[in-house]
Amino acid sequence: MSKGSPSSPTLMAKPTAPAAPARSQPRDAVQAVQPSAIRGSNTVVPPTEMLGSAAIVRSLEELGVDDIFGLPGGAILPTYDPLLASTKLRHILVRHEQGAGHAAQGYAMVTGRPGVCIVTSGPGATNLVTAIADAHMDSVPMVIITGQVNSAAIGSDAFQEADIVGITMPITKHSYLVTNAADIPRIIAEAFHIASTGRPGPVLVDISKDAQQATTMFSWPPKIDLPGYRTVVRGHSKQVREAARLIGESQRPVLYVGGGVIKAHGAAELLELAELVGAPVVTTLMARGVFPDSHEQHVGMPGMHGSVSAVTALQQSDLLITLGARFDDRVTGVLSTFAPGAKVIHADIDPAEISKNRTADVPIVGSVKEIMPELTNALREQFAATGAPDIGAWWTMINRLRETYPMGYTQPDDGLSAPQHVIKRIGELTGPEGVYAAGVGQHQMWAAQFIKYERPHAWLNSGGLGTMGYAVPAAMGAKVGNPDRVVWAIDGDGCFQMTNQELATCVINNIPIKVAIINNSSLGMVRQWQTLFYEGRYSNTDLNTGHDTARVPDFVKLADAYGCVGLRCERDEDIDATIAQALAINDRPVVIDFVVSRDSMVWPMVPSGVSNDLIQIARDMTPDWEQED
Amino acid sequence: MARHTLSVLVEDVPGVLTRVASLFARRAFNINSLAVGPTEVQGMSRITVVVEAEGDLLEQVTKQLNKLINVIKIVELIPDSSVQRDHILVKVRADAATRLQVTQAADLFRASVVDVSTDALIIEATGTAEKLTALLSVLEPFGIREIVQSGTLAVGRGAKSMSDRALRSA
Repeated sequence: MSKGSPSSPTLMAKPTAPAAPARSQPRDAVQAVQPSAIRGSNTVVPPTEMLGSAAIVRSLEELGVDDIFGLPGGAILPTYDPLLASTKLRHILVRHEQGAGHAAQGYAMVTGRPGVCIVTSGPGATNLVTAIADAHMDSVPMVIITGQVNSAAIGSDAFQEADIVGITMPITKHSYLVTNAADIPRIIAEAFHIASTGRPGPVLVDISKDAQQATTMFSWPPKIDLPGYRTVVRGHSKQVREAARLIGESQRPVLYVGGGVIKAHGAAELLELAELVGAPVVTTLMARGVFPDSHEQHVGMPGMHGSVSAVTALQQSDLLITLGARFDDRVTGVLSTFAPGAKVIHADIDPAEISKNRTADVPIVGSVKEIMPELTNALREQFAATGAPDIGAWWTMINRLRETYPMGYTQPDDGLSAPQHVIKRIGELTGPEGVYAAGVGQHQMWAAQFIKYERPHAWLNSGGLGTMGYAVPAAMGAKVGNPDRVVWAIDGDGCFQMTNQELATCVINNIPIKVAIINNSSLGMVRQWQTLFYEGRYSNTDLNTGHDTARVPDFVKLADAYGCVGLRCERDEDIDATIAQALAINDRPVVIDFVVSRDSMVWPMVPSGVSNDLIQIARDMTPDWEQED
Repeated sequence: MARHTLSVLVEDVPGVLTRVASLFARRAFNINSLAVGPTEVQGMSRITVVVEAEGDLLEQVTKQLNKLINVIKIVELIPDSSVQRDHILVKVRADAATRLQVTQAADLFRASVVDVSTDALIIEATGTAEKLTALLSVLEPFGIREIVQSGTLAVGRGAKSMSDRALRSA
């Protein structure tokens, strides 16, 4: 039960090796070479007297941070002063702290570098809680700096005091309360190290106002001291060989690929492994794009709204090659009936994920970026010795399912546009180089199903927590991280109303995102469940934003009020032209109100609480399993 | 459900006990006893936790504990290969008529009397949970006024040191 890793916090404490200068790297997602535990250039700064607040700003600068999202207030005010003078940090003033959090997530998702946000104590910090929980669930590297009341006042119910370290303890990877200015550089460096290594996650640094105001001696790089933090990177060679042996024997293997492969920047290694194995590949909601949708071996997204071919591939498999995935309940359905005949190889950097939900036959703890090439090599030897297994019959079955049950949709009866068609055309007209951030609900599932993803870091969504309102601020953060890419927020009319205030941030800071509101005038996913499971009793899901309603708010007028371009599209024949018009505007955010049918539903669907074998391709329609191969 | 004794070596920093304890609470584990104190290594504390749990769940909670940055090492101590002791203070009714009987009972358990007043004694005892339960049942007829009990303390038998090895690997 001990932490089995021989790796080295003592090594971490010696930032001797020169690191790649982070600021000169392209802003696109790259696997940064980081020989030092401390990010950034590791420039040596001799002891220099400065205020704690200046030490915060200087630490961020030394770490190579360039963009931060935040909103000032009393307890963080001292830090906003040196921030004004910084030429290296671009601070983007959001309109609500939750927006800063999701923006930092979006930034991190497209760049692979920790997103940073900075807010004040009390309500400023509590407004971030949803975004922190979201980042924790989806393993997004993020550093949150919060102001705290004077250390002498902590615990006295002072004005704008909240125990944010206590509040966020279950939803952060780690957190710090800093009351001594001298600790600032070390703790901020540790926060970045923890957030971005191992299984990434949010790290909160709560800094009391007096620590910001105190004078301290700043020097860089600090000594990181984390005796309890060790990350296993390389897979155990015996387990890797055992995995190769199982693959060599498998008749029905599937690569079950999760978001961890994106976080590890392992797309190239995955492609090599997958092509060697030759097996079907499924990419989860968090992994869309890490394996090209256009690749012959890609059989779709698994899970509650996954494709028949992907869901069935997992169900019928005799070997799951699980890479950076966590057997989430939305993927497995009723766990006891999930992939009943499959042995499980489970590679993950987080030992706690292995055998948490599904017992692994071959557990491999480590970074999938390291494990996949190791496995590829082991497999080459295995195949050289014993030959590759014949999985032709397996592909025949999968291909039949793929051809018989492709992703599709029906035209709604009410004469309004099909939301799936709108989303599909946005993807087709924008192309795989675009970035797509979704909110949560039907439009999210359609965006996962109908946009073709060919590269990692192109698809952003709130997968684990399911946070409505994620799309607009996440798209904003993504556009800051990837300014040269077209960034779409595919949003719902419900989601959009939760965080659209960040349009102001986008306009003022020249962050020209494109927002497609898939406006079905209702909380669509909840309505779908009411249709299916509550006899169509639509309790509190009507939002009155769509066709033939009061249209409150009028999204076009709202966009206009914010200084965005507002467009409305109500007919199929206008869809392409409207998207083209939006794609042609690059000096301002564009908001399109796509008025669509409210009766369209997300299919396929595995109803909650049943086996994945009971997947429905449309209402009360299950695939015909009896058909001859 | 089986009872397990975990020794958790942690950095001695503010909030570490909260982090450890709340992790058990979050996973709906009942903590039977908890003892915390400094160790022979400066800056490190050791938490001894006794929980009731099934094997799989315990493994999961141990893995989650290991993810806490301030947790350095976790070892499960098996009763056969470790020494496990509880410490207790009991205030018992004892007047001139019963005092002798009470002190004799204490002697049988190698417990000591640490305070005497006209109508009560305070008895201090150390031992396994079973021994202390037996002591309490003997004292019970005299009238127990108060019980204060520590969490279980536990250490592995032999020369090996938990913190030694943790530091080496660190």
